[in-house]
Amino acid sequence: MLLNPAILALLGVSAIVTLLVGAATAFGLHLLREWDIASGSELQLRLERRTYLIATLVAFSFVAELVSLLLFVYNAEAMHTQFVGAMCATGVLNVNPWGWPTLFLKIAVFFTGAVWLALNHLDNQGHDYPLVRVKYGLLLALFPLVLAAGAAQALFFLGLRPDVITSCCGALFSPESAGVAAEVAGLAPARAALALAASGALVLGAGSWVLLRGSGGGPFGAAGLLAFVVAIAAVVSLVALYVYEHPHHHCPFCVLKPGHDHVGYWLYVPLFAATALALGAGAVAPWRRVPSLAHAVPGEVRRRTRLAVIGYALFYAVATYAILRSNLTMTDVWW
Amino acid sequence: MPTWLLRQKYLIDFTLSSLLRRRAKNLGLLLVYTLIVFVLGSVMLFTHALRQEAAAVLEGAPEIVLQRLVAGRHDLLPASHLERIGSVRGVQKKEGRLWGYFYDPATRANYTLMVPHDRTIAGGEVVIGAGIARTRGLARGDFYTLRGQDGQPQTLRVADVLGSGSELVSSDLMLVSEDFFRRFFGIAPGLYTDVALTVRNPNEVRKIAEKLTLLLPDTRPILREEILRTYDAVFAWREGIVYVLLVGAVLAFVVFAWDKASGLSAEERREIGILKAIGWETGDVIRMKFWEGALVSLTAFLVGYLAAYVHVYYSDAALFEPVLKGWAVLYPRFQLLPTIDGLQVATLFFFTVFPYTVATIVPIWRAAITDPDAVMR
Repeated sequence: MLLNPAILALLGVSAIVTLLVGAATAFGLHLLREWDIASGSELQLRLERRTYLIATLVAFSFVAELVSLLLFVYNAEAMHTQFVGAMCATGVLNVNPWGWPTLFLKIAVFFTGAVWLALNHLDNQGHDYPLVRVKYGLLLALFPLVLAAGAAQALFFLGLRPDVITSCCGALFSPESAGVAAEVAGLAPARAALALAASGALVLGAGSWVLLRGSGGGPFGAAGLLAFVVAIAAVVSLVALYVYEHPHHHCPFCVLKPGHDHVGYWLYVPLFAATALALGAGAVAPWRRVPSLAHAVPGEVRRRTRLAVIGYALFYAVATYAILRSNLTMTDVWW
Repeated sequence: MPTWLLRQKYLIDFTLSSLLRRRAKNLGLLLVYTLIVFVLGSVMLFTHALRQEAAAVLEGAPEIVLQRLVAGRHDLLPASHLERIGSVRGVQKKEGRLWGYFYDPATRANYTLMVPHDRTIAGGEVVIGAGIARTRGLARGDFYTLRGQDGQPQTLRVADVLGSGSELVSSDLMLVSEDFFRRFFGIAPGLYTDVALTVRNPNEVRKIAEKLTLLLPDTRPILREEILRTYDAVFAWREGIVYVLLVGAVLAFVVFAWDKASGLSAEERREIGILKAIGWETGDVIRMKFWEGALVSLTAFLVGYLAAYVHVYYSDAALFEPVLKGWAVLYPRFQLLPTIDGLQVATLFFFTVFPYTVATIVPIWRAAITDPDAVMR
């Protein structure tokens, strides 16, 4: 293992977050068994009071997880000088088999956390704790995810050995090799562009529908998730090539480097934020039938959808701009 | 302004005035908090600056240095090796270097004697580094006598003193002519200390090193990127060790913060009771307390980080220098280049603000669920 402060911080944060979410889950189990809103018993009063603490703990944990996701990627990028063969975060994540699972699990925790926070925010607006069971049920499902992310990260950092020769983005994201990354990289640019445009139209259309008609939050959430997956694939197989002005360089991390004007941040931050908001809108929308929430749900869905649509629009605008301003010309080859 | 923002603004306003009302208690916390940020921040800024300095110094170093080994020890390299390297494709420039160490009993320090390639030095002259000039009290035009390998004293005239800009690498340096060097150390013509190779394409460096070990099996190539990697790892490791040692301090701080946050005075309890009686909800009290923590954290973080910045860049990190920098008789004096790195700030944040917040959540909640009638009665 490499003893560096960022690694120590990441390990510390995930240990504490796992502990907090674990405590919250234990409380969730207790609550699911004993909760009875109609009762005026001392136990019920204690449970009600404790939900404030748990909600604060979980909200805090997810915010910490979000920051630690950023730190994880940033740290992987910064550590590439310490491994032979690594030129960016891809090489570092490839040093041992736990790098990529950690990243994916952290992203999964981020999105489920966003959904939980959306439900929690909505629940706080109903006077009779209408979603309390849903929230704590979701927490039971979430805890294994947090635990897995923490364990994968610990295994990744403990297994980092500087004498390992790793392979970086040039090797991993090439259509000739095998695996998911290669499949994504091997996607024909024309097809990727088409898929990106179609998913963009779908998600922006669904968003506009929600804003105009005030319904369809669920489908918008689903469209957002689809748009996210397509967008990541398109960044690898299409947008990155134009950013690097190189028809074979598919790396999703090198776009974050200063040499490319940090364009990666302009792509990823709006995309991740918009997807989190869209998923939140999708999770909130079905609860309009609950009497105590009937008033709050439409406003919540609309607010999240509006912000999500702005985020997606920004992402598509930046992606288009990156392609248009590039000096790479592939007419008659791809188009 | 949207209601949400207005609400936060009023909460901050209220929190600030409530913090100011209990100045003494909060000042103590702020002081300890700032100190923690200061100590950790100093270590971080200092090692980061050193790492950068090392990278900047090595930028001008040759891509590959080839040394000859005899029985596992570094030995002189014959000129015939140089000719054989000539056939390796990708090597742009090669030069045999002459350098060695000389122990000066008067100052009890080691000097590095070197024959420069980019300037010629007359037979009886020497150019010395600023560190030597300082310890021996030498200036341009002075004479300096050394005892050679044969025991005979050799006198050199100081032709120049190297500028302090390159002091990190030139502090202990003595540049002499080739003739003098060979005579002084008794090295026969046609032998070199090692060979420096310049390679234009960085992707070829490893391949060339591999070819060299096959072509000249009695040599070992040292790559610049390896040296850089080692420096990086060593400094990160030292920083990590200091952090592990300081974890105890952070934990003590966490306990302190927990204690401060849970030890509410009767007056504070009354205040929360009154707020709840006039209509504040548990969530509002938690939000207010959250702003309290955020304001204290922000102040401590900014002040602590600024103090660390001043400490590292304006007082040469006087407190940690011996641990992190190492020491020597002829230690170079150098000015570190100020840099702030996002990763470092984020890490520091996780080492200070994060534990503080964790420590205060439960006490905040305890305070927030207080029943108004219980405290006002």
